[in-house]
Amino acid sequence: MKRAHVSGAGIGVTLALLFLIIVGGWRYDGFLSSYNILTVLRYNSMFALVSLGMCFVIMTGGIDLSVGSVAAMTSVVSAYLSPYGLLPGLLGGVAAGLCAGALSGFIIVKLRILPFIATLAVMLAASGVGLLLADNQSVAVSYDSSFTSLGQGSLLESFQPDWVGGDNANWLGTALSLFFNFPTPAWLALVAYVVATVLLNWRPFGRHVLAVGGGEEASRLMGLPTDRTVFLVYLMSGGLAGLAGVILASQFGAGQPIEGVGWELFAIASVVVGGTLLSGGRGSVLATLAGVMLLGLIFTILNFENGMGWISLSAYWQSVIRGAFLLVVVMLQSKLARPITA
Amino acid sequence: MSVDLKEMLIKPASSEETEGRQPRPSAAAWLSRYGAYLALALLVLFNLAFTPHFATMQTFSVNLAQICTIVIVGVGMTLVIATGGIDLSVGSLMAIAGAIAPGFFTGYYFPSAPPYLNIALSIAVPIAVAGLFGLFNGWLVAGFRIQPIIATLVLFIAGRGIAQVWTNGDLQVFKMPAFQAIALGHVLGVPLQIWIMLAVVILAAWVLRRTVFGRQVLAVGGNEAAARLSGVPVGRVKCLVYVASGLCSGVAGLIVIAMNSAADANLIGMGTELDAIAAVAVGGTLLSGGRATTTGTLVGALIIQLVRYTLLANGVPDSAALIAKAALIVIAVWLQRQERA
Repeated sequence: MKRAHVSGAGIGVTLALLFLIIVGGWRYDGFLSSYNILTVLRYNSMFALVSLGMCFVIMTGGIDLSVGSVAAMTSVVSAYLSPYGLLPGLLGGVAAGLCAGALSGFIIVKLRILPFIATLAVMLAASGVGLLLADNQSVAVSYDSSFTSLGQGSLLESFQPDWVGGDNANWLGTALSLFFNFPTPAWLALVAYVVATVLLNWRPFGRHVLAVGGGEEASRLMGLPTDRTVFLVYLMSGGLAGLAGVILASQFGAGQPIEGVGWELFAIASVVVGGTLLSGGRGSVLATLAGVMLLGLIFTILNFENGMGWISLSAYWQSVIRGAFLLVVVMLQSKLARPITA
Repeated sequence: MSVDLKEMLIKPASSEETEGRQPRPSAAAWLSRYGAYLALALLVLFNLAFTPHFATMQTFSVNLAQICTIVIVGVGMTLVIATGGIDLSVGSLMAIAGAIAPGFFTGYYFPSAPPYLNIALSIAVPIAVAGLFGLFNGWLVAGFRIQPIIATLVLFIAGRGIAQVWTNGDLQVFKMPAFQAIALGHVLGVPLQIWIMLAVVILAAWVLRRTVFGRQVLAVGGNEAAARLSGVPVGRVKCLVYVASGLCSGVAGLIVIAMNSAADANLIGMGTELDAIAAVAVGGTLLSGGRATTTGTLVGALIIQLVRYTLLANGVPDSAALIAKAALIVIAVWLQRQERA
C-alpha cells in the first residue's frame, strides 16, 4: 500500500517530465536538437549529483544544508589541484567533500545534534574554508592539463565514427551521435544513479537507510547499525557534493568559493518533486532524477518560449514557476498521504 | 473561565520567560540556560580589555545596526521554532516588502496622493503583504499538514522571484528622509532601528510570557497532541506564528532598504533565514520546540556579531570568522543537548 503510493508519485513526476518534453518538442524548433539536449544534460548533471546525495539523506529523515557550500569549497580545492592533471583534481575535490560529509556525520551521530543545525554549521564552515583557501576570489583552473575535459568534454567523443552525425541524419544517426557526444559529467551522474539504485533496492545498506528513516529507535532496537548508516549517508552526500564541485570548476574554468548558494534548497525541491517524503522511510532514486530534470527544464522552456516572441518573461519568472510547481506537488502529496496517516 | 482553565492546564511550573521545562540543578543545565548571557558578558569584557575604541557610542551603534534585521526576523523565527516549525521564507519576504515599498513614497503607484499618505502606505502595505504571505505559509503548514521546511521552501524559492518580477530585477535608488527615518533617524542618540528592534523583542517576550497565545505557542511546541487534547486551537496558533514571522520580515525588509537608500530585490534578505536560525539556536531556544526566549535570540545574535567583530578587530579574516561562527552554533546546541540528555 505504502510502496504503491511512492511509485505513484514517481510515475506522476515521470509523466509530467515526458509531457514537458513532448510539448517542448512539438512547440519549439530545436528543442529536441542534440545540441539542446546535451547542453541541458551537461549543465544539470551537477544538480543531479547533489540531489542524489540529498535523496539518501532525506530518506533517513535528515537534511543536508551544506551541499552548496561544500561544492563551492571543493571547486576551489580541485581548481588548485588542476595543474597536476584530471585525476588529482577529481580525487582531491571528492576527498574534500568526503571530509565535509564526515564532519556532518560526526556532529549528527556523536554529538546528537539535529541534522538541520549540524549541516547549517558545516555549511558555514565549508564556505569559510573555501573563501580562506581562495582568498575571496575565483581560482582559475589550468587549461594545460586535461582537467577541463571532465566538465566540458564528452567521454566517447574520440570513438565516434565518421559516418555518425551529419546534417541529414536519420533517427538512428541522431541517437548514435547523442551517445558518442554524451557529456562526461552526465556519464558520471548516470553511473552514480545506477549505483545508487542498486544500493537502495538490492543491498542491505539501502534497507538500513529506509529502516532508519521509518523509525530510528525501532531500527536501533532491531539491531541495525543506525549510527553507521546515518554517518555513511552524510559521507555520501558530502562526496557527491564534492564531485559536483569538481564538475563546476571544470565546466566553468574556475573554482568559485561563492557559488552554490541555494543549491541545497534546489536539491531538496527536486527530491520532494520526485515524491520522496521528507519524513523519511520511503523514496525513489530515479524519481529524484526526474525531479531534477523537470525543475531544470522549466528554465530551458522559458528560454524557448521567450524566443518565440509571443510573450516575454524575464528569467526571474523561473523561480516563481519553480516555486508554484513545488507548491502543486506538495499539496497533491499532502492530499494523497493524508488517508494513510490520519 | 475557560481561558483560565486552559491556562492552568498548560501552564508550566517555572515562571521565567524560558518556559516549558523544569530547571535542573546541574552545571550543564545552568550553562545551557544562562550560558549565552555569560558568553556575552565575557565577550564584552574581553573587548573592553583588548580592543581599542570598543567602549564608544559608534561601536555600539555599528554592532547593533549589523544585527538589527537579523534580530527582528529572529524574533518571528523564535515564535515559529517554539511551535516546532521553521520558516525558510523570511529572506524572500524581506525582498518582497523591500521591493514594493519604494513605489509608494516615490509616488509611482499613486502620483496624486499626498506625500504623507504615500509614506504611511509605503510602511503599512509592504508589512501587511509580508504578513499575508506569512498567512499563506501558515495555511500550508496548518491546513495541509505540510512539513514547515517544505511549506516555507515554496516561498523561499518563489518569493524572491516575485520581488524580482515586480521590480524587473532593477535596482531602485531613492532619497526620502521621511521614510528612511525608520533606519537612520535618531532618538536619544540611538538609531531608531535599534529602538524598533528592542520594541519587537520586548513585545514578543511579553506575548510569550503573559498572554494565553504565548502559552499556547509553547504548548503546541512542547507536545502537539497533548495541546490539542487540552483544547488549544493548534491550527490557528501555528497559522498565527507564521503571520508574525511574515510581519517581522516585512519590517526588516523596510529597514534594509531605508538603510541602503536603495532596494535591490536580488539581494535584500539574502541568507537572513540562516542567520536568524543561528541566532535563535545560540540564544537558547529549543529547536525542537516548547521552550523559547526572544531576549535569548537578541543575545544570540549579539554573541555571533561580537565574535565576528572581535576577530575582525584583531586582524582575523572574515572567512575564518565564518568557521568560528559554525563552531559557536555547534557548541551552543550541544550544550542544550546536555541539559536534555
